[in-house]
Amino acid sequence: MRNIVKHSVFWPVVALVALLVINTLVRPTFARIVIQDGELYGTLIEILRNSAPLMLVALGMTIVIATRGIDLSVGAMMAVSGSVALTIIDSSPTPEAPHIIALAIGGGVLVTLVFGTWNGFLVAVLGIQPIIATLVLMLAGRGIALLITGGFTTTVISAPYKFMSQGYVLGFPFAFFVSIAAVTIVVLIQRRTALGMLTEAVGINPEASRLAGVRSRGIIWGAYAASGLLAGFAGILYSSNIMAADANAAGNLIELDAILAVVLGGTSLMGGKFSIAGTVIGVFTIQTLRSTIVFLGVPPPVSPVFLAGVVIVVVAVRSQLVRQTAARWFASARSVARPNSKVTS
Amino acid sequence: MTDLKAAPKRPIDSVGTALHTFRSRHASWIPVFAALLILVAMFVGAQAYFGRFFSPGLISALLLDNAFLLVLAVGMTFVILTGGIDLSVGSVMAFTGMVGASALNSGLPTGAAIIVMLVAGALIGLLIGVLVHYFDVQPFIASLVGMFLARGLAYLVDLRSIKIADEAILWLQGNRIRLGAGWYITPTGILAIVVIIVAALVLQFTRFGRTVYAIGGNENSARLMGLPVVRTKILVYVISSICGGIAGLILIAYQGAGYPLNGMGAELDTIAAVVIGGTLLTGGTGYVLGSTIGVFVYGTIAAVISFLGAEQSWKRIIVGALLLIFVVVQRVIVTRPARRS
Repeated sequence: MRNIVKHSVFWPVVALVALLVINTLVRPTFARIVIQDGELYGTLIEILRNSAPLMLVALGMTIVIATRGIDLSVGAMMAVSGSVALTIIDSSPTPEAPHIIALAIGGGVLVTLVFGTWNGFLVAVLGIQPIIATLVLMLAGRGIALLITGGFTTTVISAPYKFMSQGYVLGFPFAFFVSIAAVTIVVLIQRRTALGMLTEAVGINPEASRLAGVRSRGIIWGAYAASGLLAGFAGILYSSNIMAADANAAGNLIELDAILAVVLGGTSLMGGKFSIAGTVIGVFTIQTLRSTIVFLGVPPPVSPVFLAGVVIVVVAVRSQLVRQTAARWFASARSVARPNSKVTS
Repeated sequence: MTDLKAAPKRPIDSVGTALHTFRSRHASWIPVFAALLILVAMFVGAQAYFGRFFSPGLISALLLDNAFLLVLAVGMTFVILTGGIDLSVGSVMAFTGMVGASALNSGLPTGAAIIVMLVAGALIGLLIGVLVHYFDVQPFIASLVGMFLARGLAYLVDLRSIKIADEAILWLQGNRIRLGAGWYITPTGILAIVVIIVAALVLQFTRFGRTVYAIGGNENSARLMGLPVVRTKILVYVISSICGGIAGLILIAYQGAGYPLNGMGAELDTIAAVVIGGTLLTGGTGYVLGSTIGVFVYGTIAAVISFLGAEQSWKRIIVGALLLIFVVVQRVIVTRPARRS
């Protein structure tokens, strides 16, 4: 029992389960899943579907944060990849052809991979602080996206492209499988090889790990490139959901959601130990929270207040001050209950 | 100078120290000079290219249009000097603007409404400061909470914009004081300049100001020296949010309305301006004057782009590129061990 409570994902899971239980109690339709033409529908399925872009971005963010970094440019990169992909489709005479779709996805993702590599170069080679290094592309990225779309919102009609976010496979939304695939690949690369351990080593002490022979420069560089790649795919999913490349709205503030998801999942922003399972739970928590807020009839613009409240509670629970106070409180409560026994600890 | 007076018996030593101090000060001023150089080069280049760029009207308009950004940058400078960061300033500006507009509409006198605005801003800053200090939350996350909270609260006040009819507020913007030869200044511009001067004096000459630099230099040393680290660290976030409140006041005067969507991304523009102005994100080095120049560089880029008739999307690209150049230059000039902010 103690081991379970001590596990890093315990509290995030508790938070998510509590949120789900409260939702189920308050609105009975929440947990209801309807099967229609072999496809599942319901609020929970919607959460799975809509969380895909955030999931991809948060996975990349987890790796970057594990190296003691941060990537603020993910939202801008989403906008760029969506713009590139939809511009390619828009300019093609056959927007439904598979090779055009492949070209669009490949083009969009390639551009953000280059962007991510650029971020990695600034941080790993030039030694610029991650916040500032990625701020450069966060500012410039949206400008580039606007230039690609010519300042307009490019809209396209292409059934196969739309399928990525709206389609169903085996009863589940296709986007959900994209999430699963991304999580699986990241877990395999990070946890089935030594890369994850080396990433944590770099995050815990860059200098010591360098002296120990870890190629920290390459690992940090790779982390940003991976973040760019994942953000690119997220941008494709986002643009496929609305079938439009909106350079201003795509991925707006998603970097903050992703950072919150990582923090909610128990990964420290100070780098080092990271938990992919925690991030997955964090993403679902945020998405569930958004769904709850919509259900409560709160106007969407006001929803940040709730997110802020949740984060305050989470960081407060995790802080040293509250834990010590709670421990002292428990200790005194115990000594009051058993006045004969002395508190030794 | 005080060194010389305090130790007159050892003039050589003090002169040596003074010289050393001067040189190290000089080093930290170099990025500011670089920013100034860029600003002058942009003016000269634009003047040579357009022929009628450098006019009193344009420079006056530059101050008028960027007054709110100047005030935000001043507050941000305090926070960044301690090695922190404040992402909430744009949202606080929108929130206080909404609070002020709604207070005025409900019949509060102008002075009281302004006080309500500043207090509302200060409370957000206090929350961030408390989170940073007592709950050991990184400034990035704590101010993110403040950002979300303020943005949501702004919408909670009203989802739509609130028009302002108060004449005293509108006077801040509408009253152009002619200075002759086409120069003019508005009360909002004067307000921004006053904020800059007060902040510069506070940072250079007060115990609080020097503590801010000391914390940015090395927080542990500052604590061991017995400086009031806790109070100062919380206070810089309060100051930044009060500056957010003042910027909110300037903005509602500028727009004639409070609008909850105001200041989206303003925190990034502010950080960019402060960094371009030569303040190091690691803390401890930087000047309010530098941030002021940074804002003017930012404003001039916008002006040049509108002169060119190019798309404003170029503005963000150029600001991003400038930011990059400055960070790399700083990295070369100031060889300090990299520290995560």
